[in-house]
Amino acid sequence: MHPEKWIKTDKTGLYCRALDAYIDPMHPVKRAIITHGHADHARPGHSEVYATPQTLGIMRIRYGDDFCEKPIPMEYGQTRSIHKAQLHMVPAGHILGSAQAVIDYKDYRLILAGDYKRHPDPSCPPFEVTPCDVFVTEATFGLPVFRHPPINQQIQKLLDSMALFENRCHLVGAYALGKCQRVILALRALGYNKPIYLHGALLRLCEFYQENGVELGELIPVSELDNPKVLAGELVIAPPSALNDRWSRKLPEVMTAMASGWMQIRARSKQRRAELPLIISDHCDWSELIQTIKEVNPRELWVTHGREQALVHQAQKMGYKAKALSLVGYEEDED
Amino acid sequence: MEAFAELVDKLYFTSSNLAKSALIKQYLSQTPDPDRGWAIAAIAGTLSFDFFKRKLIKDLITERVDPVLFDLSYDYVGEMSETVSHLWQAQADDPPGMKVLPSLAEVVNTFANGKRAENRNYLITLLNSMSAPQRWALLKLGTRGLRIGVSARFLKKTLAEYAQDCGSDISIEDVERIWHGVAPPYKALLAYLEGKAEAPDVSESVTFQPLMLSHPLSDDELQSIRASDFQAEWKFDGIRVQLVVTSAGKALFSRTGDDISHSFPDIIDELETQHIYGVFDGELVALNPRVTDAHEIKGVLEAKNDNQTHYEIASFNQLQQRLNKKKPGNKLISNYPCGLILYDVLSLEGKDLRENTLVERSKALANWFKTQPYHFIHLSRPLDFTDTHSLISLREEATQLEQGYIEGLMLKRKDAVYVSGRPKGKWFKWKRDPRLIDAVMMYAQRGHGKRSSFYSDYTFGCWQDGKLLPVGKAYSGFTDDELKQLDRWVRQNTIGRFGPVKEVEKALVLEVAFDSVHPSNRHKSGVAMRFPRIHRIRWDKPANEADHLTTLQAMI
Ligand SMILES: [Zn+2]
Repeated sequence: MHPEKWIKTDKTGLYCRALDAYIDPMHPVKRAIITHGHADHARPGHSEVYATPQTLGIMRIRYGDDFCEKPIPMEYGQTRSIHKAQLHMVPAGHILGSAQAVIDYKDYRLILAGDYKRHPDPSCPPFEVTPCDVFVTEATFGLPVFRHPPINQQIQKLLDSMALFENRCHLVGAYALGKCQRVILALRALGYNKPIYLHGALLRLCEFYQENGVELGELIPVSELDNPKVLAGELVIAPPSALNDRWSRKLPEVMTAMASGWMQIRARSKQRRAELPLIISDHCDWSELIQTIKEVNPRELWVTHGREQALVHQAQKMGYKAKALSLVGYEEDED
Repeated sequence: MEAFAELVDKLYFTSSNLAKSALIKQYLSQTPDPDRGWAIAAIAGTLSFDFFKRKLIKDLITERVDPVLFDLSYDYVGEMSETVSHLWQAQADDPPGMKVLPSLAEVVNTFANGKRAENRNYLITLLNSMSAPQRWALLKLGTRGLRIGVSARFLKKTLAEYAQDCGSDISIEDVERIWHGVAPPYKALLAYLEGKAEAPDVSESVTFQPLMLSHPLSDDELQSIRASDFQAEWKFDGIRVQLVVTSAGKALFSRTGDDISHSFPDIIDELETQHIYGVFDGELVALNPRVTDAHEIKGVLEAKNDNQTHYEIASFNQLQQRLNKKKPGNKLISNYPCGLILYDVLSLEGKDLRENTLVERSKALANWFKTQPYHFIHLSRPLDFTDTHSLISLREEATQLEQGYIEGLMLKRKDAVYVSGRPKGKWFKWKRDPRLIDAVMMYAQRGHGKRSSFYSDYTFGCWQDGKLLPVGKAYSGFTDDELKQLDRWVRQNTIGRFGPVKEVEKALVLEVAFDSVHPSNRHKSGVAMRFPRIHRIRWDKPANEADHLTTLQAMI
C-alpha cells in the first residue's frame, strides 16, 4: 500500500499508521521511533521508545533514567515487527547512534533518514544507501550555496591561527553532541596531542563517546583549573551559548571560533561574533543531498524540514516525484 | 590578489579595532607598491570606476544557475556578491583558468583598460580560478561595495599609526589634510608616511575637506544648552555640501566628498574668484521664486539685488529632480532652480579659518556675504534664543511648518573650532517631531547582512475603499527584541509567498514615523514617504482602525 495512505503529518510530527508510532515527535506520545539523540529529535516523556542503544544512552544522559517508560534498543540491521509493519535501523552517519528508520509495509518501503551526512566521520558508521520506494530526507543545507569543505582544511585553519596568535586562548564553539567530538577527532588526526580543555556542558557526552570506543585523547574540564590564565595559547571547546557570556570572559585573550555549517554564510558568522568561522557540518551539503538522491534512487522523495523548496525543485528537475512535508519544530541550530 | 582577499576576509570577521589596524599595518609593510595603494583605495572607497557592473554579475550567474535555485539562494544569503561567490562553478566552454592569480594592480589595470567584452571574459577566468572568499573579495572590489567595518576615518587613523611605526611624526590631521589631494595607488602618500619623501603638495588642487558632523541631541543635553555657549540655526532640509573655489578651480562636493559640480552648472559656472574665494559649508536646496511682501517669514530667504523676487525653500522632492543628473538640461534647470544656504566657512580669501571659533567664522562669513552678488547664495543666520523654553518653541515652530523645508534645529558651541569628523559635545542636531500614521503590515522580506535570517523589511499600507494600498516600506526603528517578535509574527501569519516576499495576514498595525510625504507617480497609492521607520508596534490595535490614505494625502 502506498505510504501516502499510512503516513501523515500533524503538529506532533510524522505519524506512521502502520507502526502506530510517531517518528521524532515534538510532544510525548505512546510510541516513538527516535532517529538520533539531538534534542529537537529526541524528546523526553514518551511511553515506548525505539532507538539504537547509543541513542537510548544519550537520552538517558540528557533526561535521566526515566526519560521514557520502556526503551527498546534497536541494533543496526535488527528487524522488529511493530503493530502491522516491520522496522529496522540503518546507519545515517550524522552522529554516534544516528539511524535511518526503514519501514516495510504491504510491499512498500519508506525510509526516514533523519539527519544524515556523507562526509567521513570516524565517530560513527557511515550512511548506508538502502533502496526504497519513498525516501524521506531533511534539507537543512538544501541550497546550492552550501558546499562544506573537508573538515581537515577547517581544523588546519584553527591550528594556523593558534600558531600565529600563540598567546591567545582559542575558544571553539561546538554543539555538545557530535560536533564537539568530531572537532576533537580531527584535531587529533592532524597531530594536536596537547590536552584539550572543555566547558562542563560537554564532559558527559565526551565520556559517553569514549565509553563507546571513540578515542578523544586527554580532556581537562576548565572548572578543574585554579587559574584560567594558564589557558593562554591553549584550546578550549564550549557550547555556542557560552561563547559570548560571562563564562568566556575569564579566559585570557580569547580568539572566538565557531564550528558550524552555517559559518559559510557571512551574516551568520557575524551573528555569532565568530572571528574564526569554521565550516564544519554534520549535515549533507547540496552536493551530498543530490548524490544521496541519485544513489538511493527512490520512486519518490519527501522533504521534512530545512530549505525544502529548493531540494524539491532540484529533485523534480532530476525526474523524481517530490514534495515538501514542511515539518516544524526541528531547530536549525544543532547542526 | 591572494593577499588582498585574505586581508579583507580577515578584516570582515575581526571585531576589535586594535586587531583590525594591526592587520592593515602588517599588510602595508609586507605588500609592494602599487598593490597596497590599490588596497587602500578599495577599503577607503576611493576607486573611481567600477570594474564591471552588477548587471554583468547577475547575467553571468543567471546563465549558469537554475533561476529558481538562484532566487532561493539569493533570498537566503541576502547579498548578491556572496550568493554568486558560493554558487559559481566553471563551465565546460569557459576559457581555461589561471594557475597563479594576478596581482591586485594587474587586476585593476586590466579592468581599467579592457573593453567590455574582454572584461567579461577576464572576470569569468578570475572567478573560475578563485576560492569562494576570493570571489567575494573580487566582486565587492569590482563593484566598489566593499564594506568590512573599516571606515575611511579609521583607515586614515591607521595610516597615521603606520607612519608613526615607521618613525615619522605624522598625525591623523596631517593625513586628513592631504587625503583628498592624493589619488590611488597613493605612492606619494605612502612614501611620505614611511618618511621617504616630503608631504605631497595639495594646495593647488581643489580638494574636499572632510566635514564637521553633529550628534543627535539627548534630553539631558538639552538642559545644558545655554545661550551664552551655543548658537542655534535652522536645520534645512536639503543636502549638505561643501563649496570650494580657489585659483586652481571650483567644485561642489557632497557630504561624502563626491564632486557633484556637473549637476549644478547654474551655480558653479556663475562663480568668479573676485567675488567668492574659499571653502564653504552649507546646504544645497531647491528654490521657488515667489513674489511676496518683504516681511520675514521662516523659510523665505532674503532677496539679493532684486526687490521683487524672493525665494522660498522648496521641498526635498523638488531637489531630488536635480540630484544625480550628469548633464541637466536647460528646462530642468529653469523648472527646478537651486541655491545654497551657507552656514560655515573653512577658509576665506586664502586664510584658513578652521582654527578660529564658530563665532569668529560666522562673523567673517556674514561680513563677506554683504559683498557677494549671487542671488542663489543665501546665509543661514543664527536664531535668537534665551533659554530651553525658547529653544523648545523654535523646534515646535519647525514641527508646525506645513512644508518640510526645516528639519529642526542645529545647536553649535560658539567656541568650537572646525574639526573634521564627529567631535563630542560640539555640534548637535535636534530634529523636529516626525509625522506619524498607523499603517497595516502587508508584506515582509528578509533583511540583508546581519539580518538575513530575519524578516525585517516590511511593506505597509493604508485603507482606501475597504482595501489596503501599500504606501511605504520600513526596515528600522525597532529594537532587536522587537525584531525577533516581528519575525516570529511574520512566520506565523504568512498567507502567501512571491519569491523572497511573504504576504502576511492583514492584522498587525505599525505606527510609522516619517519626515515628510510627497506626491509620487511611481506608487499606486500616489504618495511617497521620506525616511519611514517603525515608531511603535501596535499589537493592541485592530487593523480596521489604521489610518486611511486620505490622512496621508492631507499631510503632503
Ligand atoms: Zn541532528
